[in-house]
Amino acid sequence: MSRLSSRDMDLAAALKQLETGLQTPAPDWAKPKPSGRRILSLHLPRFAMDRWQIMADRRGDSPPADMPCALAVDSARGAMIHATNHAAEAAGVYIGARVVDMRAICPALHLDHADVDSDARALERLMLWSRRWAPWTARDGADGIVMDITGCAHLFGGEDAMLLQIEDRLAGLGLNSASAIAPTHGAAWGLARFGAVRAVCPPDQLETQISALPVRALRITDDTTLLLNRLGLKTIGDLIAVPRVPLARRFARAPLAENPLMRLDQMVGKLAEPLDAPDDPPRFITHARLPEPVQDPTEWIPQLAQDLCADLEAAGFGARRITLTVYRTDGDVSSVTVATSQPSRDAAHLAKLFDGKLDRIDPGYGFDLITLAAPFVEQMGKLQHRLDRRATDGSELAQTIDRLTARFGPRGVLRPASLERHIPERSEQWRPAMAGTPDPAATHPRRPIRLLEHPEEIRVLYAVPEGPPAQFVWRRQVHRVGRFDGPERIAPEWWADKPGTRLRDYYKVEDQHGLRLWIYREGVLGDLRGAEPRWFLHGLFA
Amino acid sequence: MSRPTPKDATLSEVFSPRAIDAAAVGFVLAHLDTAKPVLWIQDRLSRKETGRPHLRGLPRPIEIIHVDANRPVDVLWAMEEGLRCPAFGAVLGEVWGDPAVLDFTATKRLALRSEAHRIPAWLIRRAATAGLSAARNRWRVASLQSLKHPWDSRAPGAPVWEADLFRSRWGKTGRWVAQYDGTRLTFDHGVEADAYDDQRREAEG
Repeated sequence: MSRLSSRDMDLAAALKQLETGLQTPAPDWAKPKPSGRRILSLHLPRFAMDRWQIMADRRGDSPPADMPCALAVDSARGAMIHATNHAAEAAGVYIGARVVDMRAICPALHLDHADVDSDARALERLMLWSRRWAPWTARDGADGIVMDITGCAHLFGGEDAMLLQIEDRLAGLGLNSASAIAPTHGAAWGLARFGAVRAVCPPDQLETQISALPVRALRITDDTTLLLNRLGLKTIGDLIAVPRVPLARRFARAPLAENPLMRLDQMVGKLAEPLDAPDDPPRFITHARLPEPVQDPTEWIPQLAQDLCADLEAAGFGARRITLTVYRTDGDVSSVTVATSQPSRDAAHLAKLFDGKLDRIDPGYGFDLITLAAPFVEQMGKLQHRLDRRATDGSELAQTIDRLTARFGPRGVLRPASLERHIPERSEQWRPAMAGTPDPAATHPRRPIRLLEHPEEIRVLYAVPEGPPAQFVWRRQVHRVGRFDGPERIAPEWWADKPGTRLRDYYKVEDQHGLRLWIYREGVLGDLRGAEPRWFLHGLFA
Repeated sequence: MSRPTPKDATLSEVFSPRAIDAAAVGFVLAHLDTAKPVLWIQDRLSRKETGRPHLRGLPRPIEIIHVDANRPVDVLWAMEEGLRCPAFGAVLGEVWGDPAVLDFTATKRLALRSEAHRIPAWLIRRAATAGLSAARNRWRVASLQSLKHPWDSRAPGAPVWEADLFRSRWGKTGRWVAQYDGTRLTFDHGVEADAYDDQRREAEG
């Protein structure tokens, strides 16, 4: 006990009292709080190594199974072991050791660089892929996935069968895994890593099952584990036997990762621990589970869309965005999203939006699960159709815009809206047509019917002191100005333009062929904002 | 003289002999008398070469839904898609050059669909030759020297176009001088068109 700090002495004294019988054991403070949740924790103990092995298999240069292999990462102390395989572990190589030391222990060690970032991305994708079993999944550290399977297990033949199926599928991908189901995240985490194989913990057995786990199963740091071990608290059962007050006093200021008390509260369900999924599971989703992997989802879309629309109609919603996701057999997901400009639950329309978009789905070696989800919905009342099945609410325009947008993208289908600005190119804004109807614009007789995307410079052949040039060249053609109208002076917007921006004098000119063009001179001579003013062509009149 | 089209909704083609001439656009807009939105589709070259429609410069306020198509085939697809929707008052397509996809079959599809749904379809063709087409009316529209400005003698006045109907399924072909005053499109007789032609030649000469 000499290495304990003074803060720990108080706790040690309490433990001493417990041993000597001065204080009664079996306090009731760690009684589990019942909750209806079922959490599945999936541990991938050798994820990095397994991925390296899969890659090596694909390249065809995988080492024999009995060859010790390890992955290394660079650190401040030199290269460190990041992941090991069974053979290396048996040879005494352990994670966190320095590579030079491990080379000394095991000279035959085969080393490679770990790709930590791509492992993290792969785990992210695997997490999305594991939504085939439950809609609410999240990453759990660097080597695990956690799923909220409340109400899902019966779809897979019960919790035991579900665990078996999950581990089986992961083994098929070449990943080692361990899993457990418990009422809380903490308990599932501990049981998956330190409990029995495929442990299933019913709510009434929670206390018994976690009591046997070592204190490391509390998700606390190694230092805290060491401290508890030095105090003689080896298992969670030992910790529960201690009165709460001295523990609370000792760990009052400790953060969550160093606080066994809070971790224990989470484990028994007294402290809420929401599952931190990257996005909420969609409320409306339909599945198509296929007996054999396929490459093309087209055939299943109409039925999925019908089911989805039936769900939407029952709840009084319409979809604004629809995502088709395919779950590939190689542990990856691929999805494509379409949007609608108005809430819709017209199955034929929604299915049609995917026309030509399915090429973007990467089917890999095929997929065996297709889901169609509506992640973004809006309230939508019931609609009365006319006798000829035509809608009466303007949804036809919205549906046409949807189809055009699905093909040309939101930047390809635009509606111009008029703005109160002087500079011609700023007086209208091209907005996505899905964004809604802009106010009607006032027309102006001195504005051209066409505006070039960028003003094009013209070369003046014959300038006159006042008015537009008498002759100029635009796109290699000579235009001789006959009649002209102007100038109309448009000053720069000083609140929006850079200092030194020059004013524009616009002229409507008519050339020798009757073409009516809109040209302008940028600046005037002697405005101290540059050299000789230049001329530009900006628009075409009818 | 009135418009020489007995059917109010069909496919018409308007050629622009000079690619940068906006007369064809003005001529088509003068034909549209609808309060419904107009689907306006441009291919990439039409957009780059002659710009986009300018909302304030339109003869009267029209609600536009504009599609940036890259290829001519996309223009045709979007036109067919638009002709299926009764919410549109008209469908305008602008195609540059003579793409192979714009053949007799494609124009026939557009014409039949336009007539079936009673939505006028207009195809503005630039830098194009008048090849085989099923368009019911085929125009060639170019700018002429404008009228006199009522108050300013050196300014161009109301626009005048030379409208040459060189093929028509129902009406009589002919050449006219077309004018549009913002509400009514009027066609003056061909004789005067020739006079305008002479006047133009003089102006050139």
